[in-house]
Amino acid sequence: MRVAKWIDACGTDEIEVEDVLRFDHDGRTYALYRSPDDRFYATDGLCTHEQVHLADGLVMDNIIECPKHNGRFDYTTGQARGAPVCISLKTYPIRIDNGRVLIDVGTE
Amino acid sequence: MVIVGAGEAGARAALSLRQSGWPGAITLIGQEDLPPYERPPLSKKVLTCTTDTAPRTTVNADGLAADKITYLPGTRVCEIDRVHHRVALLPTQREFHYDRLLLTTGASARKLATESHSGAEIHYLRTFADAVKIRAKLDRGARILIIGGGFIGLEIAASARMVGADVTVVEMAPRILGRSVPQNLAKLIRQSHAEQGVAIFEGIGVTGFEPAGQQTRAHLSNGVTVDCDAIVAGVGAVPNTGLAESSGVITENGIRVDACLRTNDPDIFAAGDCCSFPHALYDNRRIRLEAWRNAQAQGQHAAASLLGAATAYCAVPSFWSDQYDRTLLICGFTDEPNTDTVERNLASGVNLQFHLASDGRLLGASAFGPNELIAREMRIAELLIERSASPGGDRLADPAVKLKSLLRAG
Repeated sequence: MRVAKWIDACGTDEIEVEDVLRFDHDGRTYALYRSPDDRFYATDGLCTHEQVHLADGLVMDNIIECPKHNGRFDYTTGQARGAPVCISLKTYPIRIDNGRVLIDVGTE
Repeated sequence: MVIVGAGEAGARAALSLRQSGWPGAITLIGQEDLPPYERPPLSKKVLTCTTDTAPRTTVNADGLAADKITYLPGTRVCEIDRVHHRVALLPTQREFHYDRLLLTTGASARKLATESHSGAEIHYLRTFADAVKIRAKLDRGARILIIGGGFIGLEIAASARMVGADVTVVEMAPRILGRSVPQNLAKLIRQSHAEQGVAIFEGIGVTGFEPAGQQTRAHLSNGVTVDCDAIVAGVGAVPNTGLAESSGVITENGIRVDACLRTNDPDIFAAGDCCSFPHALYDNRRIRLEAWRNAQAQGQHAAASLLGAATAYCAVPSFWSDQYDRTLLICGFTDEPNTDTVERNLASGVNLQFHLASDGRLLGASAFGPNELIAREMRIAELLIERSASPGGDRLADPAVKLKSLLRAG
């Protein structure tokens, strides 16, 4: 059973619309996104191809593109969407509470 | 569908054919014994990380099987019979029928003229096997001579330094990276090599070699001698066009294709380093690119063309080169005649350069710095070039104007 563990990651105003922010917690790195329709999402922070920080990449609509080799993911689902990546990203639940972005980094 | 050449372009084409829903047979023919693998790490991580015993694959055996791609490693195509739509293979002597054929034969390292290095062993880097051979020479304190100050030569120089070898680079041209890198960036790169203790001689050639004990003594045209444990040459690449030529497929600095990547034979296409193609963004000038991203994108585009699409390939050329902890990024063309260059100073202290045509159109962009500080902005520049945008030099130079907002401006 999955045990939830909600962590306060940042303020909603710290991520621009259609942009991404790196968040490190407990030795892991995550990427937090704010979509053009103003929803928040979270995925693992490193590209599945060569362990590069996705938060340095470009967000366009619901796609994050890796800054090294231009691999693409749909950050709303984690799905790999363009070469050279073929392994999808893990996603994490997000909750907004009082202007704060909370991420559930809980484990299975 | 038969694909000759299992590098990035060929492997991507095979995968794309299946992804696009092609239900029939796909045969991918590769000269090397390995599954299709990524070449960019060969001059970098493969040289510095001695534990890598296999290259990172583009697609492994399981992936090939899952996509029902017939992969023939260690196999050469010796003849294309265009009349009967057959290719003849070596060493098996088998013949294969094709409906449509894609040539992704790549390029080979240009060799030095033999008279210039009689007796000396010269290494070239193109394959994983080449990289493993070079890696074996890169001990701490080993003296390495690199002939050629282009991307490959300088990446090998950086990797060799990182494992503690003693490195000298000689470049015949007046400066390193003369072909496609703006002068001021070449200067920054030269500086970072100097800081790492690499000796770079520009405008200097090697006049001869002689044995010197266990080492080889190289005589340079400036009178300097270098005693070295290994010599690596990175003096450019030549497109592999022999098979095309012998079967009457027209070549012109590479296999000549149209904007859809089709050769003069309507059932034969070409993609990647081996082909020259007209580029719509640059007045349909015929160009040939030796770059991983181009190979990948052209492989995918060729797959669509093989299946009957008739769209022009017009991706913006884009290159990167990692040296130490910094990356050179170039997109578009930075050396067109009559262009203006404007600089954008990023908060991190790194500069981006934009290269604008006289009518204001953005033609190219370039930067050298930590990849994480420049990659996103450079990618936006690439999108602006792709859209033939004329965002205005003032706005490009103004750090208060977000580059991404220029994309929305259209």
